[in-house]
Amino acid sequence: MPKVTFPRMGESWRTFKMLMNDLGNEVVIPPRPNKRTLDYGVRYAPEFACLPLKILMGTYVETCLEGAELIVTSGGSGPCRAGLYGQLHKKILNSIGFPVDIIVFEAPKSHPVDFLRKVNRLNTSRLSYRAIWECIKRGWEKLKYLDDAEKLTHVVRPRELEKGSTTRVYRRVLDWIDTAYTMKEIKEAGEAALEAIRSVPQDPGRNVLKVGIVGEIYVLLEPASNLEIEETLGNLGVEVRRSMFLTGWTRDNTVKETREILTVKDAAAPYIPLCIGGHGQESVGHTVIFAKEGYDGVIQLAPFTCIPEIVARTILNRVSRVHNIPVLTFFLDEQTGKAGMSTRLEAFVDLMRRKKGHAGNLRAQTEAG
Amino acid sequence: MTARVGIPSSLFYYVHFPMWQTFFSELGIEVVTSGQTTKGLLDEGVKEALADACVPIKLFFGHVIALKDKVDYLFIPRVVCLNRKTIYCPKFLGLPDMIRHGLSGMPPIIDVEMDNRQGWTSLWKSYLKIGRIFGRGKMKIFMAYLKARSVARRFHSLLLAGMHPPEAITALAKGANVPLPGEKKKGDLVFAVLGYPYEVHDQFISVGLVKKLKKMGVSVITMENLPPKKIARANMLEKKMFWTFSDLALNAAYYLFREGKVDGIIHLTAFGCGPDSMVDKLMELASRDYPDIPYMSVTIDEHTGDAGISTRLEAFLDMVKRKKEALQSTCPR
Repeated sequence: MPKVTFPRMGESWRTFKMLMNDLGNEVVIPPRPNKRTLDYGVRYAPEFACLPLKILMGTYVETCLEGAELIVTSGGSGPCRAGLYGQLHKKILNSIGFPVDIIVFEAPKSHPVDFLRKVNRLNTSRLSYRAIWECIKRGWEKLKYLDDAEKLTHVVRPRELEKGSTTRVYRRVLDWIDTAYTMKEIKEAGEAALEAIRSVPQDPGRNVLKVGIVGEIYVLLEPASNLEIEETLGNLGVEVRRSMFLTGWTRDNTVKETREILTVKDAAAPYIPLCIGGHGQESVGHTVIFAKEGYDGVIQLAPFTCIPEIVARTILNRVSRVHNIPVLTFFLDEQTGKAGMSTRLEAFVDLMRRKKGHAGNLRAQTEAG
Repeated sequence: MTARVGIPSSLFYYVHFPMWQTFFSELGIEVVTSGQTTKGLLDEGVKEALADACVPIKLFFGHVIALKDKVDYLFIPRVVCLNRKTIYCPKFLGLPDMIRHGLSGMPPIIDVEMDNRQGWTSLWKSYLKIGRIFGRGKMKIFMAYLKARSVARRFHSLLLAGMHPPEAITALAKGANVPLPGEKKKGDLVFAVLGYPYEVHDQFISVGLVKKLKKMGVSVITMENLPPKKIARANMLEKKMFWTFSDLALNAAYYLFREGKVDGIIHLTAFGCGPDSMVDKLMELASRDYPDIPYMSVTIDEHTGDAGISTRLEAFLDMVKRKKEALQSTCPR
């Protein structure tokens, strides 16, 4: 049985673990990115590589030390660097003495044969295609509940009565979803998990700010890489809406583009008419939409030297002015510290509160006058 | 009064300027360039561009600012793909948008898309669109386009003959067939300087690296001097690089390593360049397989000092020379 591992992106590893096990592979669970991961990453990855490449490099080294023989990851058609990660990682890992192989899944739409060949290679226990399809469907269901649970915590956390209670409940219910196996179990566990998060004691009258988060997919989805920005914001009394979840992204990139992403592209069209790779265009489009929906601010997360996000950031200056919405950008790298980030977030939240209060006062004055 | 079109002397300037200039002058439009990079130009760019952008982009901002008040139009086409295979860095794709939304007080920007994956006439259609902006007739535009193509071909043959782009551009401007740079003396060292044309051939931002090497008695070849088809065949990756310039640079490195005709390879890269972070690592990994050819990577940014680069080049040259001598003195058995 080959020992398989994969990149870690938030809580999605629970799904991939199940899927790989079902196909008959032993799984080395990728550890949560930590200091050691980053140390390995910085040591072996190129100096100017973006943070996701470094974190993944570190994760692979850690899992290889635990005996992983095969890495499964996703590719891409560029022009973002992420499309070439797999090839580069393999070369680096081989050069430092890990004889691992790497399977890079390209979009099934454009490479259908290649996709099936790679599925077959992972299919150690020789399941039929129908059985694999069943496994994927269960995995998909699990992924959806994991995403929904996370989404719900973003709404509940700023309103919780006792600080930290949402996070505590969330950590607990993740295990419920994790241990569920059949379709029925997954649905039950998922619903129970959502109910548990919903029933965290809350203050419905609290005045919360609403902030949209846009940016590059990896630093959005992996809390360890963005220093748990959503939790920090939640504790500051800010409701967060993230522009991207793994389920949504997968839908847009495997089957066909959903309505949602098409409206985002339309919104971005006046500023940036074609796809520049990565999530540059989406970042701009989502910001426009957040502004139109009356959000109080937008936070852009990007890895240092991320090409598409640099283009987006340059354009967001204008978007911010035209649509009158504050935008704060974090370029994250291995040097980013949590205290520095918290300070900037606090200042940003104060700014938004004052802006909102000011607008409220004006309205009150005009109504009174 | 003829319209004036500004072409910033950066990025695509070193690859497409002769073609673009011919096209515009054939249409009776005056072309204005921003000229050589200067300290002031760079400073302006650094002030206006995003701090996290790479030096070439900051420099481009500088060139645009220098031009904006002198011209009626700025020519910043959105070049997506020109060889039907590889596209350009995301910053190139978003270049007109970055300029339009990142700077204020800009003249109208001509940002016609050039993407020849959309059919074999698509390039002509792009040029037709450009010509239409100035209200020229279809026939006239077509003749200008043909003339521009032939100039582009001549430019490329000059490059293949061993000229560097700035020399070739002046040679074409003079019209006469300028004699090629002198024959290589026997025993001269040959270094390959790989890197993007807008870094290698920009005298200011590369701190005159090519010139310095020539002064030290080294003849320099760059990736424009190598036959494109042979380079493309040298590719050793499972998956092609997405970016045209990076693909060229990396394949050139593979080609040179394999051919073994050069005495050293220098990779010139800009701080914060996204594609180069991968290219550089891949070159470094490849260089381990060919220990006979020394490899060095030089990173430049807006603070690069003249003395620092000189020291590194001298050290590299000394090392290459000593290695050669050592190889020659050990008696061939």
